Amino acid sequence: MENIESAPIESSYEANQDIQIVAFKLGKEEYAVDILHVQEINRLLNITRVPRTERYIEGVVNLRGNIVPIINLHTKYSIQSAGDEEDKRIIVFQIDDLKVGIIVDEVSEVINIKAKDIEETGRVYESASSEHIKGVVKVDDRLMILLDLNKIFD
Amino acid sequence: MKMDMSQYLDVFLEESKEHLENLNQKLLELEKNPDNGSSLNEIFRSAHTLKGMSSTMGFEDLADLTHHMEDILSDLKEGLLTASPYVVDALFKSFDRIQSIVENIENGHGGESDNRDLIEVLDGIKSGLGAQEAAAAAEPQLVLESPPPREAALSSVNGIDINEYEHSILQVAENSGMKIYAMKIEIDRDCLMKSVRAYMVFRALEEDGEVVKSVPSAQDIDDGKFDGNFTVLLVSKNGLDETIKRLNNISEISVAGYEAIALTQLAPRETSAAKTEAENLVLDGDVKDGKKGAKIKQTVRVDIERLDNLMNLVGELVMHKGRLEQIAANRKIIELNEAMEQIDRISTDLQSVVMKVRMVPVEQVFNRFPRMVRDLSKELNKEVDFIIEGKETELDRTVIDEIGDPLIHLLRNAIDHGIEPTAERLVKGKPAKGTVLLRARHEGNNVYIEVEDDGGGINTERVLQKAVEKGLIDTKQAELMGWDETIGLLFYPGFSTAGTVTDVSGRGVGLDVVKSKIEALSGEIFVEARPGLGTRFRIKLPLTLAIIQALMIAVQNEVYAIPLSAVDETTMISSQEIKMMQKQEVIQLRGTVLPLYRLTGLLGLPDPEQENESMYVVVVRKGDRQIGLVVDTLIGQQEIVIKSLGRLFLGIPGIAGAIVAGDGNVRLILDISTLF
Repeated sequence: MENIESAPIESSYEANQDIQIVAFKLGKEEYAVDILHVQEINRLLNITRVPRTERYIEGVVNLRGNIVPIINLHTKYSIQSAGDEEDKRIIVFQIDDLKVGIIVDEVSEVINIKAKDIEETGRVYESASSEHIKGVVKVDDRLMILLDLNKIFD
Repeated sequence: MKMDMSQYLDVFLEESKEHLENLNQKLLELEKNPDNGSSLNEIFRSAHTLKGMSSTMGFEDLADLTHHMEDILSDLKEGLLTASPYVVDALFKSFDRIQSIVENIENGHGGESDNRDLIEVLDGIKSGLGAQEAAAAAEPQLVLESPPPREAALSSVNGIDINEYEHSILQVAENSGMKIYAMKIEIDRDCLMKSVRAYMVFRALEEDGEVVKSVPSAQDIDDGKFDGNFTVLLVSKNGLDETIKRLNNISEISVAGYEAIALTQLAPRETSAAKTEAENLVLDGDVKDGKKGAKIKQTVRVDIERLDNLMNLVGELVMHKGRLEQIAANRKIIELNEAMEQIDRISTDLQSVVMKVRMVPVEQVFNRFPRMVRDLSKELNKEVDFIIEGKETELDRTVIDEIGDPLIHLLRNAIDHGIEPTAERLVKGKPAKGTVLLRARHEGNNVYIEVEDDGGGINTERVLQKAVEKGLIDTKQAELMGWDETIGLLFYPGFSTAGTVTDVSGRGVGLDVVKSKIEALSGEIFVEARPGLGTRFRIKLPLTLAIIQALMIAVQNEVYAIPLSAVDETTMISSQEIKMMQKQEVIQLRGTVLPLYRLTGLLGLPDPEQENESMYVVVVRKGDRQIGLVVDTLIGQQEIVIKSLGRLFLGIPGIAGAIVAGDGNVRLILDISTLF
């Protein structure tokens, strides 16, 4: 069902549009998401396991009275966790009416880019697992994978 | 210039839906009783308002359709047209179209719609009048008891109808030497606040007299529903000179005339008195105390989200209260204990008030059904009398929202499978018309909703036969099955006994869906059936789902809540008491054998390396079965505020929701009905 009005913000980038992205690490690789989806970044909270769910669902946390599910992308995409426990964070997203968090190994920074800096994924990744990837962003000599949140949480 | 109407859209949608519901309901009444003037009036008013609202909002297609509908309605009202089945059907179809347009608007698809087909039908009805019209015009017009006449001519007091109550007041006044006057007040055409002026008039009149009656009624005047003039019946001791003087001081009004009248000129009109009494209870109340334009019970429309917020906050409060209580208990501070008791009382009151605010009458759901039953029985060619009882019974909004679909299903079942075809009923010596009863009532902390029909009951043999055919059981099992078990088969997934698959039932959604929905609401469903006499489905529902009592337990390091309504008792057993029966662990509890389940296994936790000598067992109830649940620790009883886990976790078997515990951690609530 295509609904133009509720289409994700990313689809409507114009070439010269300024975009802010939040860069973070999963394992050794750097990833990024559009800041407009990010609601907050927290230290690791007490996560309550939810039995009988997919393995990549880490559990739920209490965010000021709201119950927010936490997804473990490491498990979902078989990425080896790396870095210090102290640096781990939860990034909480608000996508339409869904609030959901992911665990990341480290949050690096917020970066300003232009929409044209996003390179289409087709040329970089060919595999089927690239569905959740919106594109690749090159900033200086760093390569960051821009995630398509709508696909991840489908 | 186009005004931005978007901010009114919500109100428009809300009100249109209300009007639509009203339209459907009243048209059903009219269909049953075509001479019912008051239903017709209501329909006319609702349709008129709908037309006005939609053209204000710029939904031209909608306004156009309602306009054509209104033409028919006004002909009905004038008696130029009778509410024949054809006309009623056309109106129902128009309502359906309006409904779908409104839904489209709600979903953001705009209000465009091609209604030419319907308009053609409506116009056809209108122009088909032709011959009838002349004849009808000669006939006396349909007499309508309400609304009250807008323009009461002062020269005669015929325009004023008084009921017996008012008559008796006037009688008393006249006997005590007071005089009765009729007075007509005009308010300037360009006066902006007519009701304020009217209020001032009433104040002035009542300084040394009493207004017994006004036309239009005080309430209508208060609401601004009058044309700029009104007539009052006034009793006064001292003549009207002073009063007139006072009235002359009020700007923008004038006294059009007044006269003293004798009570004999005002005979109470019995029929209309009785009717206005019944119809306008509130209005009568106004006139009765006659003092001022007293307000009717005031209500406020509140966004549901705000109510939910309030509920959340009360929930948090209850939670933190629990925490404070724990501190008070641990530290043994007497003063704190006393303060806690007060807070406890207040928070309990607060909770019950908020609960009450969230309660809505089941009417909201039930009102959809008469129309559905009508359409369905027409479609199936069955005659059905549909009776609703107890629609004022109140339930929490969360339950109301969920209960509609299961009830629709049960009603469909009753009409499709329950009620026999007319011919068959006559052979059996039953009345040709079947009866379907929908009843709601309170009992303790529960609400019971029953769907009852006087149809053929449940043919257990056919149920068994069908179950065998579908491979749900084998013939041997079928022979051994008692009544209860057989009925239980109805709730198996994919079971449907309808001989022929009709458009109505047999869509592959069975009673199993109804059952799971009811159980998700912490409710239960029971069936009673008498062969040849009828079937009754009883649904038992908790009054509220938001705050419940729960037993907190722990397995390994995880804490869970079990709704206390599902817990029968807790007990401690030693590991030697556990026996094996057909590969299932069981225990004996006071002579009954219970299956025993390990919560660790059910929740995917590793089994402990070493079994404890003694273990805690929570005896829970699933339907009419008792089951033992092995847990590590019993923490205690607690009031919990249920929160949803959100749509990412919809339908996890065994998990009913979550709570935020006193320590800020999330704990999960076990759903006993789906855990095993």
